[in-house]
Amino acid sequence: MLTIADKTFQSRLFTGTGKFNSPSMMEEALLASGSELVTVALKRVDVKHNDNDDLLLRLKYPHINLLPNTSGVRNAKEAVFAAQLAREALETNWIKLEIHPDPKYLMPDPIETLKATEELAKMGFVVLPYIHADPVLCKRLEDAGTAAVMPLGSPIGSNKGLKTIDFLEIIISQSSVPVIVDAGIGAPSDAAKALEIGADAVLVNTAIAVSSNPVQMAEAFKLAVEAGRMAFEAKLAQPVSHAMASSPLTSFLDE
Amino acid sequence: MSSFNDIFETCNWDDTKASIYAKTSADVERALAADKRTLEDFKALVSPAAAPYLEQMAQISQRLTLKRFGKVLQMYVPLYLSNECSNICTYCGFSYDNKVKRKTLSPMEIMQEVAVIKEMGYEHVLLVTGEDNVNVHVDYFKKVLELIRPHFAHISMEVQPMDLEDYQQLTPYGLNTVLVYQETYHKEDYKKHHPKGKKSNFKYRVETPDRLGQAGIHKMGLGVLIGLEDWRTDCFFTAMHLNYLEKKYWQTKYSLSFPRLRPFSGGLEPKVEMNDRELVQLICAYRLFNEEVELSISTRESANFRNNIIRLGITSISAGSKTNPGGYAVEPESLEQFEISDERSPAEIAKIIAQQGYEAVWKDWDSCLT
Repeated sequence: MLTIADKTFQSRLFTGTGKFNSPSMMEEALLASGSELVTVALKRVDVKHNDNDDLLLRLKYPHINLLPNTSGVRNAKEAVFAAQLAREALETNWIKLEIHPDPKYLMPDPIETLKATEELAKMGFVVLPYIHADPVLCKRLEDAGTAAVMPLGSPIGSNKGLKTIDFLEIIISQSSVPVIVDAGIGAPSDAAKALEIGADAVLVNTAIAVSSNPVQMAEAFKLAVEAGRMAFEAKLAQPVSHAMASSPLTSFLDE
Repeated sequence: MSSFNDIFETCNWDDTKASIYAKTSADVERALAADKRTLEDFKALVSPAAAPYLEQMAQISQRLTLKRFGKVLQMYVPLYLSNECSNICTYCGFSYDNKVKRKTLSPMEIMQEVAVIKEMGYEHVLLVTGEDNVNVHVDYFKKVLELIRPHFAHISMEVQPMDLEDYQQLTPYGLNTVLVYQETYHKEDYKKHHPKGKKSNFKYRVETPDRLGQAGIHKMGLGVLIGLEDWRTDCFFTAMHLNYLEKKYWQTKYSLSFPRLRPFSGGLEPKVEMNDRELVQLICAYRLFNEEVELSISTRESANFRNNIIRLGITSISAGSKTNPGGYAVEPESLEQFEISDERSPAEIAKIIAQQGYEAVWKDWDSCLT
């Protein structure tokens, strides 16, 4: 079981709602994924009349928690405003902080993200910031009061997998808050790998939404995340560069 | 401050055109195999040598577009505010020398139009005018933005190029996107098509995206009017312009359009014909060159073409468009800028999009976020 702030999650697969070919397909895939935390871009929903918003209506399940995101904002000021708007419109103080002034590769701005996290945490938000796989920034975000960190595996939507694995391992080894690998996970095996190395959860959207069969792919991710976590808990055998004899030379010392 | 014009001045149209037409199948194959494609690769992809590779280009274009944008298409609609124009453009129905009744919508008329557009389900509107700085100027735009901002999540504008200070004044009023088409990068032909008015100043027009970048506009749209000059060369310069702008104004989003010259009252025959296969080649070439740029298709194109282009690389589409001021409610019979080709309603287009396995997205921005 994974705990973030005041919530516990059975599933370590978090999902997104973008890029699906229809709201009904999105709903079906998210149900198949077993995900209990689903991120929604504030810019996609009708914040003024959200009772009738088709996308939100599809997410009204008791086990699904909404995680509004600030996708599209370019600085801390805009992010704080968007978070306040989300809190009012969607009645949640959880916010996925995404500040990417670069609309081409959607690279997160570390300086503005830290500033916004400090401010939002003081305002009582549960902040989950999307960041580069930067170990020092993760520690600074912890000091600022973040509820988790969401480092990228590779550029968002790229499906390139865990290109940042060396840095993810450092982040995981020294983090005091949950680490959720976000962005770039393109295959269930990437998700399994992230969990195997000790990530607390993964967030997957594109790989599910644009596959030929999103429902089947969602289920594949669900199973991969479960397998990855089980492997982590069972402790992976460590790779070695030299042979280990099954009859050790020093075993006589134990006799 | 340096601008794209400084780079453009070092280019020669004829040499560029010749280098595009000299590309071989080996150049095309190299471009297709590349991970990141250069401007030279783009030349190969728009060259005649790429024609036999169209299906391969389409497959890659579809894959790249799905990866970045998913199975969705953004919906937008134009709202023509005015057909006043102080320019002579040989290809445009709003041209100053075209002696027709002129109209600029009043605030009340704008709201009548807005009511119809909202009824269709739109959250993204594109404001369009002729180029008339006397009747339709920055103060008029401020009033319009103030009036309609509460009703739309995203407001784009396709009007006359303005000064940096004008753009700086308009963004706080909720202006998100500005489209400015160069029409053609062929300097001599540009002058022939725009013999009179402010628009005849090629340099001012080609530097407009620089002014938009300096003003910090959220998104800008580029393109040429296909039919005025050799489209391969014109679109190469568009790609080059985009490349320059993306590096310099890295916080701005970009979109491209590829309008083909359409009939209008008293019209000009296109100098260059671009057939449907060539337009598909261009769309795919843009996508292969730039995975992130938005590609937009309007109702200028036929219903059949639009039905099939949905899956090939475009990311936004208009529907139910009227190209005359008051066309939705106030004065449906007023002068159109050009004849549209696909007259189907937004609901019909959304249905077609769904049949193709995509979702029509009406809202994907919110002015309140910025």
